[in-house]
Amino acid sequence: MRTPIFFIVALLCGTAVFGAALWSGNDYIFYAGYVVLHFIVLATAWNILGGYCGYVNFGSAAFFAIGAYSTIALHKLGTNISRYFPDAIAPVAELIMPLPIPVLILIGGCIAGLVGLGTGYLTLRLRGAFFAIATLALAVVLQTLVVNWEFVGGARGAYVIAPQTLSIGNFELRYIHYLAFIMIVLVVIAITVARLIERSRLGYGFASIRDDELAAEACGVPTLRLKLIATTISGALMGMAGAPFPYYINYLDPASAFNLSYGVNSIAMPMIGGTTSWMGPLVGAIIIATLQQWMTVTFSSEWGVLFAGALLIIFVILAPKGIVGHAQDFLRRRRQQAGANR
Amino acid sequence: MDFTLLINALIAGLLLGGFYAAVTVGISVAFGILDIVNIAHPGFIILGAYIAYIVNQSFGVDPILIAVVVLPAFYALGALTYQIYYLSFERYGQEALRGLAFFFGLLFVTEVALILVFGVDYRYVQADYIDRVFRFGPFAIPMRMLIPCVLSLLMVWLLHLYLSRTFTGRAIMAVSQDQQALRLMAVDPIRIKRIAFAVSIGTAALAGAFLIIIQPVEPSVGREFIGRVFAICVLGGLQSLPGTVIAALSLGVIESITTTYAGPSWAPAVAFGVLLLTLALRPAGLLGR
Repeated sequence: MRTPIFFIVALLCGTAVFGAALWSGNDYIFYAGYVVLHFIVLATAWNILGGYCGYVNFGSAAFFAIGAYSTIALHKLGTNISRYFPDAIAPVAELIMPLPIPVLILIGGCIAGLVGLGTGYLTLRLRGAFFAIATLALAVVLQTLVVNWEFVGGARGAYVIAPQTLSIGNFELRYIHYLAFIMIVLVVIAITVARLIERSRLGYGFASIRDDELAAEACGVPTLRLKLIATTISGALMGMAGAPFPYYINYLDPASAFNLSYGVNSIAMPMIGGTTSWMGPLVGAIIIATLQQWMTVTFSSEWGVLFAGALLIIFVILAPKGIVGHAQDFLRRRRQQAGANR
Repeated sequence: MDFTLLINALIAGLLLGGFYAAVTVGISVAFGILDIVNIAHPGFIILGAYIAYIVNQSFGVDPILIAVVVLPAFYALGALTYQIYYLSFERYGQEALRGLAFFFGLLFVTEVALILVFGVDYRYVQADYIDRVFRFGPFAIPMRMLIPCVLSLLMVWLLHLYLSRTFTGRAIMAVSQDQQALRLMAVDPIRIKRIAFAVSIGTAALAGAFLIIIQPVEPSVGREFIGRVFAICVLGGLQSLPGTVIAALSLGVIESITTTYAGPSWAPAVAFGVLLLTLALRPAGLLGR
């Protein structure tokens, strides 16, 4: 399927899911669905670097939080225009603030992408493990910075009160529906990007790095440049997943923005689903995040993280190809058998 | 500048650094020598700290004594972990992606399991030396820092002797250089690696006991140490235990001075700064080859 057609089909599927949720009339679906959707974006983003290139990013929480906190900073600027802007540009700021969420997503994505590029530039020239370690430490350091940054609320956290409804023309939309729809579009974009990469020269370059970096380098693959591209795209998508989050949660503190569940889930979901194709993170995220939502309601969110972590260990040991990989193997074998029997 | 404050910060930093050496030495063996990126190491340390806490609370036994007693259990745990790691990942050359994810999973499963059992309250141990302080005029040396520091350095020194004097220790150093040559000497490299990894996890039992003597512990404290241990390990030049000690003492001093002059909430960022600077300026570390 050509990419534009795939994008439209995926968007139609997403809209259909959205319509079905609206039709059910139950708002809880949107609150739980938002969480599942933003984990799909995170898992897909992680997989672009982790699954395609073979470089592990442990700092998903950091990139997610960069997106979330860029929104908070801009929200704060937008609500106190007279205080933070000089008189000359205050009317302009008045006109564009508060920024609409799609713009916030773009800004959060750009900042997170730049941080990804910077971290990658410093560490990807060295042995692979250094990048993983640096991203792990990055989460701790950014959390320290945010805790000490009073402007965005420091350790106390910050409130972002979203309006109850959003009116487009004379059409009233509940805000959570609006957020969920934006997230669906973001999921479609992330998946389309991942699928596009998978089938392009870029994707083959990534795969050559994953399979044998030395051989790839020797064959003239510009490995460092490709790795930096992957880190930037992956980080940017994670930032984009985080940008609308303050409007969803309404109160954000460093402990929840840098929550360990983001780091664990964004690795566990692609690993469980399967890392070689765009379908893996999608399947993994839908299954794990849905089960986690159920566990959060029935037990506690800790059980959800424990579940993801334990499942991650089991899958990397026993089923390294993930659900999608093993399902593909199974189907191929069945097809071969059917061919032999005929 | 207040001179007394600076000297006190230096003393506290050196004492803290000595303890960091005990925390890092396991990583220096696993990551530096064996090339196993064991990011779950802090998880094992916290586990050691909680075992010390449980036994200390129930029976009033000294935490360090407890650590010495459970050391064989940690050794066995390490051997088991390496065996799983080898059979599932290293044998297939899959350690870069799946092996890392495996250790990451271990780290968080340990942490969340401890949260579920003990909650997020801070836990501490009791021993009669913990509250005592040596004073030399305006300078103070708290015993709860001095004892872990001295014992840490002793442990690292013993480990250094083990690696440089005994046959097995030399085989461990050799396995990092040339596995094939080791095999030609009729030594099984996998067995040597298993022993080395088990030793590295064994140090975590002691480091955990030191940790809970120095400060109250809750399950997520371990994550703060990840940046620290790898920063020290890289700064020290990966394989070199003397390098690890120098790097640990330096990081302890830098952190202590940061805490004194900029506030304790900035301390966790120091390690990352040191790590990035080292990677950017001298990736081989201080005493690296």
